[in-house]
Amino acid sequence: MTDTQPTSGIPRAHKLHLSREHALHLLKEMLRIRAFEERCAELYTEEKIRGFLHLYSGEEAIAVGVMKALDATDAVVATYREHGHALARGLPMDRLMAEMYGKQDGVSRGRGGSMHLFDAKRRFYGGSAIVAGGIPLAVGLALADQMQDRAQVTACFFGEGAAAEGAFHESLNLAALWRLPVLFVCENNRYAMGTALERSESETDIARKAACYQIPSVALDGMDVIAIEAAAREAVTEIRAGGGPRFLECRTYRFRAHSMFDAQLYRDKAEVEAWKQKGPILRFRHWLEETGMLDAETAGRLDAEIEREIAAAVDFAESGDWEPVENLTCDVCTKA
Amino acid sequence: MSGQTIHTTYRGAVRAAIRDALDRDERVFLMGEDVGRYGGCYAVSKGLYDDYGPERIRDTPLSECGFTGAGIGAAMGGMRPIVEIMTVNFSLLALDQIVNNAATLRHMSGGQLSVPVVIRMATGAGKQLAAQHSHSLEAWYAHVPGLKVAAPATLEDARGMLWSALEDPDPVVLFEHVMLYNREGDLAADAGPVPITGAAVRREGTDVSLITYGGCLFKTLDAAEALAADGISAEVIDLRSLRPLDDATVVASVAKTHRAVVIDEGWRTGSLAAEVSARIMEQAFWELDAPVGRVCSTEVPIPYPKHLEDAAVPQAPDIIAAAKTALAR
Ligand SMILES: Cc1ncc(C[n+]2csc(CCOP(=O)(O)OP(=O)(O)O)c2C)c(N)n1
Repeated sequence: MTDTQPTSGIPRAHKLHLSREHALHLLKEMLRIRAFEERCAELYTEEKIRGFLHLYSGEEAIAVGVMKALDATDAVVATYREHGHALARGLPMDRLMAEMYGKQDGVSRGRGGSMHLFDAKRRFYGGSAIVAGGIPLAVGLALADQMQDRAQVTACFFGEGAAAEGAFHESLNLAALWRLPVLFVCENNRYAMGTALERSESETDIARKAACYQIPSVALDGMDVIAIEAAAREAVTEIRAGGGPRFLECRTYRFRAHSMFDAQLYRDKAEVEAWKQKGPILRFRHWLEETGMLDAETAGRLDAEIEREIAAAVDFAESGDWEPVENLTCDVCTKA
Repeated sequence: MSGQTIHTTYRGAVRAAIRDALDRDERVFLMGEDVGRYGGCYAVSKGLYDDYGPERIRDTPLSECGFTGAGIGAAMGGMRPIVEIMTVNFSLLALDQIVNNAATLRHMSGGQLSVPVVIRMATGAGKQLAAQHSHSLEAWYAHVPGLKVAAPATLEDARGMLWSALEDPDPVVLFEHVMLYNREGDLAADAGPVPITGAAVRREGTDVSLITYGGCLFKTLDAAEALAADGISAEVIDLRSLRPLDDATVVASVAKTHRAVVIDEGWRTGSLAAEVSARIMEQAFWELDAPVGRVCSTEVPIPYPKHLEDAAVPQAPDIIAAAKTALAR
């Protein structure tokens, strides 16, 4: 797959009517995620964050766009590359940062770290580090909603690498067969660790695979936050109305290594640079400037606000406590 | 022996073993996620793709069930596949193929079929990778008749067990503990195959037998060293083969020391440590001067923070304490 254009775009009629306020909000959400990720990378080199760290830089438009289409009662299932989803879903940044550190004030009491962010109150179901492992869970959450007559949607995020796993295919079939309210969101960043899509899939058009299960599917420019929000809103409306699952393939690119252990020998720097020029923030920012929605003062204010939020989150994480060792076996099961 | 040694790592020793196997037998090939161009998630196969090409160093999609099953099928079809699964937690996606196919086919077919596949995977905690990347499930595989299971811990075994596993007509599962990959040491330049059956006495002693395998071996040797400073002579046994277990070596040691502690990174319930201690009870009960002790992982999904991860898995002080308990010291 060498084309960068989605196979089918969204019809113009569905473009959002965009207020300045909403546009700036989208920009800020993406900037928050980028700044958080870049700070996490620094903290990793300082050994404050350990284990595996998978950053979302470059893919921000997807989490931000899709989350805007969801209600607070909808559910979200994500992967180990889920900091952006957690932030866009409204999990507090300070508690997310505490989780990165492994402190007990973290969203998962520090037990999960970067790959396992949870927030049951916000219906954020993680944080799964088994590729495709979250997809059946999303189907089940949607099944529970359907069986209890709740007009709720479950959004399920995963990479294109997951499309090779059996769990992907079994889950899509189940969701379609039972007309379950699932929004499948494939974040196709072209590489599963070091393996390029065309080296791992006989059919590289992921949206077409989903369509085989009779799931209405579209491929989108994953760098276009507006297109993603519009497509997600349309899909969520249809799902909520009982139309069964929908599938969005968002074509994107990860700007950073797969994880912090990756020397990236499988792609050349020029390719990464070219994609950075098409990045979701850069592009949206330019567009906002051109249309006069963003001026230098506003941009400066956004950056300053985000900087303060990040600094406060790092302080919170730094000053937090470690979970006492006596708690080691808490929560393994409920107490008998 | 030429007497020449090379300085290498555990990772390098496994790589040398794969190279050796590829050179010896053209039916051998390596297959798994990112083993080729990427060089392996733990860099074990780094460089092999360039030397042996994409047919024999075969990158797979994220399809553990599919490619492990394909390895089993290819073995039946006359090849000698080495299947690499990134880590034991992901091997659960392939468990069906391993347990329902690889392990059963010889017996179920009335002895007609043979599955000479080797499945290698990383195992264990220590890198703060949390509860979906850090478990030690060796005991699950060791539970299954029809499989052979080994856990090379030393450079010699990392270098030598792969070829023996490939020569074996049955499916062999090899566990490589993640904390061993960077271990360095000297290895005989002409190091060759070592059997995948049989335990090894890694340190001789007379007061207590410390029985372990894999990632816990070096913690146990450290504990034995510390015990020696306290005047306690500990014998350290490396099980090496987890199925079949080498009862004779264990029983001979217990007959000498009359006390035993089993150290196992698996969870205590249903662990290999439980199996070993039951066998000591069955075969050497009258030799024992104390109950068999166990040092196992705490029964919790492995947590991310270092202090909790360390607390969850066996450490040298835990082993020292258990040995002293066995000696009533
Ligand atoms: C079942 C399973 N196999 C292998 C891995 C190791 N692994 C983690 S992420 C990854 C690549 C996944 O790629 P993709 O689904 O495209 O998502 P991305 O990381 O690009 O966001 C691999 C191989 C895993 N976590 N789970």
